[in-house]
Amino acid sequence: MAVLELEDVSVTYRSAEGAVPAVRGVSLSVDAGRSLGLAGESGSGKTSVTSTVLRLLPKSATVTGRVLLEGEDVLTMKWGRLRAVRWATASVVFQGAMHALNPVQRVGHQIAEPIRLHEKSVSEPTARKRVGELLEQVGLPSRVAQSYPHQLSGGQKQRVMIAMALACGPKLIVADEPTTALDVMVQQQVLGVLADRVQDLGLAMVFISHDLSVLASACDDLAVMYAGQVVEQGPSDQVFDDAHHPYSRALGGAYPRIGDLRFRYAPSGLPGDPPFPGEAPSGCAFHPRCPQAREVCATTDVELRPSGERRWSSCLFAPEVGT
Amino acid sequence: MASDQQTGGAPQGRRAIARARRREALARGWGQFRTRRAGMAGLGILLFFTLSALLAPVLFPPETISVTRATGELLAPPSGEFWLGTDDSGRSMLALLAWGARVSLTVGIAATLISMVIGTSVGIASGHYHGFGGAALQRLTDWVLVIPFLPLAIVLATVLGGGSTVTIIVVIGVTSWAGTARLIRAQTLSVEGRPYLERSRALGSGNWHQMTRHVLPNVFPLVLANTTLTVAIAILSETTLSFLGLGDPLRPSWGATLDQAFSNGAVSAGAWWYIGPPGLCVVLVVLSFTMIGRALEQIVNPRLGGQ
Amino acid sequence: MTESVLEARGIEVTFRGRGGRPARAVDGVDLSLGRGEIVALVGESGCGKTTLSRTLLGLERPSGGEVLVSGRPLEYSAAALKKHRRSAQLVLQDPTGALNPRRSVYEAVAEGLRVHRFDGDERAAVADALARAGLRPPERFFLRYPHELSGGQRQRVVIAGALVLQPQVIIADEPVSSLDASVRGEILALLLSLRESLGLSLLVVTHDLGVAWNIADRIAVMYLGRIVEQGPTEEVLSAPKHPYTRALLSVVPEIDHVEPIVLTGEPPDPTAIPTGCRFHPRCPALRDGAADAVATDCRGKELPVLSGTGGHEAACWLTGA
Repeated sequence: MAVLELEDVSVTYRSAEGAVPAVRGVSLSVDAGRSLGLAGESGSGKTSVTSTVLRLLPKSATVTGRVLLEGEDVLTMKWGRLRAVRWATASVVFQGAMHALNPVQRVGHQIAEPIRLHEKSVSEPTARKRVGELLEQVGLPSRVAQSYPHQLSGGQKQRVMIAMALACGPKLIVADEPTTALDVMVQQQVLGVLADRVQDLGLAMVFISHDLSVLASACDDLAVMYAGQVVEQGPSDQVFDDAHHPYSRALGGAYPRIGDLRFRYAPSGLPGDPPFPGEAPSGCAFHPRCPQAREVCATTDVELRPSGERRWSSCLFAPEVGT
Repeated sequence: MASDQQTGGAPQGRRAIARARRREALARGWGQFRTRRAGMAGLGILLFFTLSALLAPVLFPPETISVTRATGELLAPPSGEFWLGTDDSGRSMLALLAWGARVSLTVGIAATLISMVIGTSVGIASGHYHGFGGAALQRLTDWVLVIPFLPLAIVLATVLGGGSTVTIIVVIGVTSWAGTARLIRAQTLSVEGRPYLERSRALGSGNWHQMTRHVLPNVFPLVLANTTLTVAIAILSETTLSFLGLGDPLRPSWGATLDQAFSNGAVSAGAWWYIGPPGLCVVLVVLSFTMIGRALEQIVNPRLGGQ
Repeated sequence: MTESVLEARGIEVTFRGRGGRPARAVDGVDLSLGRGEIVALVGESGCGKTTLSRTLLGLERPSGGEVLVSGRPLEYSAAALKKHRRSAQLVLQDPTGALNPRRSVYEAVAEGLRVHRFDGDERAAVADALARAGLRPPERFFLRYPHELSGGQRQRVVIAGALVLQPQVIIADEPVSSLDASVRGEILALLLSLRESLGLSLLVVTHDLGVAWNIADRIAVMYLGRIVEQGPTEEVLSAPKHPYTRALLSVVPEIDHVEPIVLTGEPPDPTAIPTGCRFHPRCPALRDGAADAVATDCRGKELPVLSGTGGHEAACWLTGA
């Protein structure tokens, strides 16, 4: 059964210039023990999508559609129920581990915080024991609990953040660019820890990143977002190596395969810039930057259609599959 | 602004557009300021006092505040002729207050200018120079900050020769800059950490260029907000110093008027109109500047939030 | 190998580290940048690559060794530094931070001209630099402010600001790491085209081996203040000699993956550089026994400094350095 299911979710921000649609009709689902990579550039709406899961969006945002967490609609939950669900059922690993930890509290105390909040009856020794176990799960010695954040390296802090996200035994983890500020070596360690947890504990994970190569190596499935819509979805290796949408192809090509001479002295990118939210072009929103665009692309509205075995693309020229 | 100027204009067109942009930014700031009730109230009070100060010579000719040519009874309570009564020389209190506004506002604004120039220069320099110079300036700032204001001001006023408005302005100016310097130093340090300063250094720019082109524009909004708060302090200081007899005896500032009221026994005579109104004027003007300053501070420094 | 426009010779930079122990951020580096050459300086954060690039720009004064500009030692008088900074320009990682939010594009680009008291047509020079950086027509961007531009456009403005002084060398510190994926290739292509059209030399400081593969002629891999392997990009990245380079390559996220070599042990600390080969406490070759034959050398014998000019070389006892 799907742990998380998004059905036709749209997010609109009210601003001084009027309504700004940041997410436009996104449907996704993640099963237990699987990971979904959500790729997209700044302003593509990927963070808005995942913020709906815990209803972490600012007041100026209106969300429509359904966000089902273990079959229960998060958007219609009462406040008390929502608080219980936050962290206990679904938790978040935030991007800036450096800033998300309180500098004047010991790390162990901060990991124990969600445990104490959600299980009022938990005793101090039990909580401490759980913190030690959690740290070991993410590959850190349990004595790290006694450290302050500034005594840890960037990778260690990010692992502390993961331990914190695991503290209440969630069913779903949302990881928002968890490795962006880290070195490649450390990034690999953190990705490894996340992948192991997903497998061992049978968690579902949504992993957000702008880096398609990281997502492809860390996730089972990929969904690529552009201008508030999912433009391609499918198994990671297939989307990365044989994209059905020109945009995913460009994203994949932005990170060269080292050793492949086609990429030598040939960095590939796209002309132009991603559109600002609310200024998406007509038809296929990608058409002004698309190397394969034809006239119909500017006038025909597109939506995600099956383009192969477990694959979907919104490109008008993606492979057709009998419906 | 014509669009052809925007796309291909000569340098003059460029400056004109830069000016237009500045105007636009000012208009936006004014739009925000207008929504802040306290700031607008402060502005209203300030306008009233500024008008009185400007119109004092017209409404109350100089002879009305001359001790020898005053027409009223001595220490007369408010009446139809003298709305706020008279002082112990028979001068109209209302005239005295209007003329007092001239002195108080002049001293307040002039002293603040001195204080701001010193405070901003010292603050930027002590934040920019990391070596001995910066440390020395910082120590100097701390030192001025901890010296009690009143004894220092009294000593300075005596040394510079008391009894003139200019002395009062200088004394207040050179004693009140330390707080500003500290604030500006902190902001300078944060600006100094930005990559665009690194870039500018890599371009080969010198200290003067870095401080005037990059640091100053970024600390300036803070200087502006701080100015209004300093004016309030300067006016209060002027009142204090005049009350202590260090002001110009020939100019009826609010502090000097209060001083006279006390030394002539207005309290024991029950002449409330002699003591209350000058005090109230000081409070109102100081309050108006503070309210304007707070509002400006919130606009230029969004982190303070909507409190 | 053409003549070198910028060269580090035996550069050492020492800072006062935590607890007063000296931190040897750069600890003996030879590296030369030829005319029209693109060199990638690669390493993890804290390896000293940024300090080395700042030293080459004259922003940091080396505690040992010297910087050679077109063969002559760089002097540290104010006038000589100013002259050097006209010919060697810096492009920073984060274009948002590198532009003063209160100054327009025109002012940002013209800043270098004003600093160096350019006496030609400022407007034409700015327009030319913007056009070369790919912002066309340049006049349209003159009066924009940084917040009105996209990330890629901002980085182009920063590059234009560097180009306006017609430098010989550009040192780019992580020029694309804060940019969106689709914009990244465009900026790299721009850097490549500048080499073609202007004959610029380029030192790209990056942690991203992909960037090196995309544009660099030569690559130098840095670890703990030293260059541990360097040579032509194809050779180094296709057939790495040093175990550290191999480990770095193995963790580049890709789909059909070699087994990642994740390094264990303490993260490198410039205040306590190990004896012998500085990589030996974390070296996978030493750990799995592949380096048993030279193990005593690895632990105790100092390696020579790599020449930093010609062919493929590695500072590793295994390769018989």
